[in-house]
Amino acid sequence: MIEVERLTKHYGPVTAIKDVSFSVAPGQIVGFLGPNGAGKSTTMRILSCFMPASSGSARVAGHDVFRESLEVRRRIGYLPENVPLYTEMRVGPYLEFVAEVKGVSRSDRRRRVADVMDRCRVDDVQNRLIGTLSKGYRQRVGLAQAIVSDPEVLILDEPTIGLDPRQITEIRSLIKSLAGQHTVILSTHILPEVSMVCSGVIIINKGAVVAQGPIDSLVDQFFPTARVEVEIVGPPPAVRDRIRGISGVLSVEDQMVANGAARYVVEAARGRDVRAEIFKLAAQQQWDLLELRRVGMTLEEVFIRIVAGEEGGEAGAAAAEAGA
Amino acid sequence: MKIWPIFKKEMRLYATSPIAYVVFFIFLVVMGWFFSQILNYFAMASMRSAMNPSMGRDLNVTESVMRPLFGNISVILVLALMPFLTMRLLAEERQTGTIELLLTYPVRDWEVLLGKYLAVFGLYTVLIALTLLYPLMLAYFARLEWGTVLSGYLGLLLMGSSFLAVGLFASSLTVSQIVAAAWTFGILLLLWVIGWGADTLGGTWGKVLQHLSTMEHNDNFAKGVLDTKDVLYYVNLTLLALFLAYRSVEARRWKG
Ligand SMILES: Nc1ncnc2c1ncn2[C@@H]1O[C@H](COP(=O)(O)OP(=O)(O)O)[C@@H](O)[C@H]1O
Ligand SMILES: [Mg+2]
Repeated sequence: MIEVERLTKHYGPVTAIKDVSFSVAPGQIVGFLGPNGAGKSTTMRILSCFMPASSGSARVAGHDVFRESLEVRRRIGYLPENVPLYTEMRVGPYLEFVAEVKGVSRSDRRRRVADVMDRCRVDDVQNRLIGTLSKGYRQRVGLAQAIVSDPEVLILDEPTIGLDPRQITEIRSLIKSLAGQHTVILSTHILPEVSMVCSGVIIINKGAVVAQGPIDSLVDQFFPTARVEVEIVGPPPAVRDRIRGISGVLSVEDQMVANGAARYVVEAARGRDVRAEIFKLAAQQQWDLLELRRVGMTLEEVFIRIVAGEEGGEAGAAAAEAGA
Repeated sequence: MKIWPIFKKEMRLYATSPIAYVVFFIFLVVMGWFFSQILNYFAMASMRSAMNPSMGRDLNVTESVMRPLFGNISVILVLALMPFLTMRLLAEERQTGTIELLLTYPVRDWEVLLGKYLAVFGLYTVLIALTLLYPLMLAYFARLEWGTVLSGYLGLLLMGSSFLAVGLFASSLTVSQIVAAAWTFGILLLLWVIGWGADTLGGTWGKVLQHLSTMEHNDNFAKGVLDTKDVLYYVNLTLLALFLAYRSVEARRWKG
């Protein structure tokens, strides 16, 4: 539904994105994840036909964004980063204007507008001036204008930025409800958002795509290991050595020691479950086994590994923010 | 064709913001004031001529009241006030970012421009139509030459259409409405006075300057002289400004 190939954009001397390639299958919600300044908005502005790329090509809903821009624009709904709306218009008339410009037929228009106002829950403010609305309402009006023509593809640039936690939850569930009927690409610099809303992810950093795919497969790709956490009361050096002796174990790290118990993180080859062996080992050595569990790798760790691996400072900050 | 929804949207925005009302108010008050002054002056002159018939041979209401009204006064007013109507057309959208949505809707750039242009021209037409009140009042107690009056109105509409197109172009150049208004005013003022250099310069260049001058062309309409070269002047200026505005919007897309 979205195919992007070697997209590059220069702003004067600044190269915002370079050779960006990815694709999004129909009906999917894909997260476009990256720290601030990574080039997310630039990519989305090209996909939405707001501006042409310097080189490379992109097809959205089967049409080229540059050569068949009008065809693409008939099939998309776009929500820019700062949600620019006409503050001096009222919500209802504004949505009717958008519906008309987007070619919703006169007979359908009233019904469509009423429908999206209901779905985005802005019907109670339909007679208010947009400029007097709270950020959360404005965001929902922005979403309403994006979906009012029932487009095949939705391009949402940081749809939850600047909202309070309750509003964020609302917007996310609204976006989730769009899956299936629409193909959605949404950009964000907040990690948990991707795991919560999206089925796939494209990670972009400093203008280049560094990873993409379904979230689970990305985790496997970047963490080709199975991880187990154990808490054992016993002499740490001996515990460490004996666990390392189990076949398939790649590394053991002890994390902290309290009241004679230590916590160990055991990495084993993927597909290898070493929990039973650790249990038997502890029983045999008469160590007290306080805890034994498998730890799932998270997207957050993938992100930190990819982004922080390339550069310390800025990405660390983004990761910290993402964790918050 | 998506011109109509853009037109309606612009009209709606003019209706909700104070600037259009302020412009209408100032225009009509100043026009009315001048009208009454000229009328007073004319009444006095005609009284004097009634006492002394040899003086009043050439006294003509259309010539002495309507021509200055169409000629200088309305030109000054249109020149000074129209920039305030056109300045927001593109600059505001760029400043607030709404242009990013507008230009990603399935509507061609020239349709956006034409919708905006026709909206402000429609507003201007309403404004000019409101001043019909003055000749109608005049016609109540004097014999007006309606042909001349209509030619004056045609001139005003043609001149306005070119001024508004220049304003639209200026608004495409910047994100600041004030800067757009200043450019519009500057360009129009220059076009208005450029003919003054014609006499001293003389020759071909003098003719060129004279042809470029708005003042030169508008006065013919006010006099009731319809000439295709005057009509063409305004039409050409309008088309040129609209074309430049179009190119400017296209160019801005590339810059992102
Ligand atoms: N209009 C512009 N002119 C110049 N540089 C820009 C412009 N827009 C974005 N950039 C630069 O391009 C890079 C990518 O920006 P952007 O796409 O907005 O990133 P993101 O949305 O991921 O935060 C940044 O370095 C930014 O400074
Ligand atoms: Mg951005």
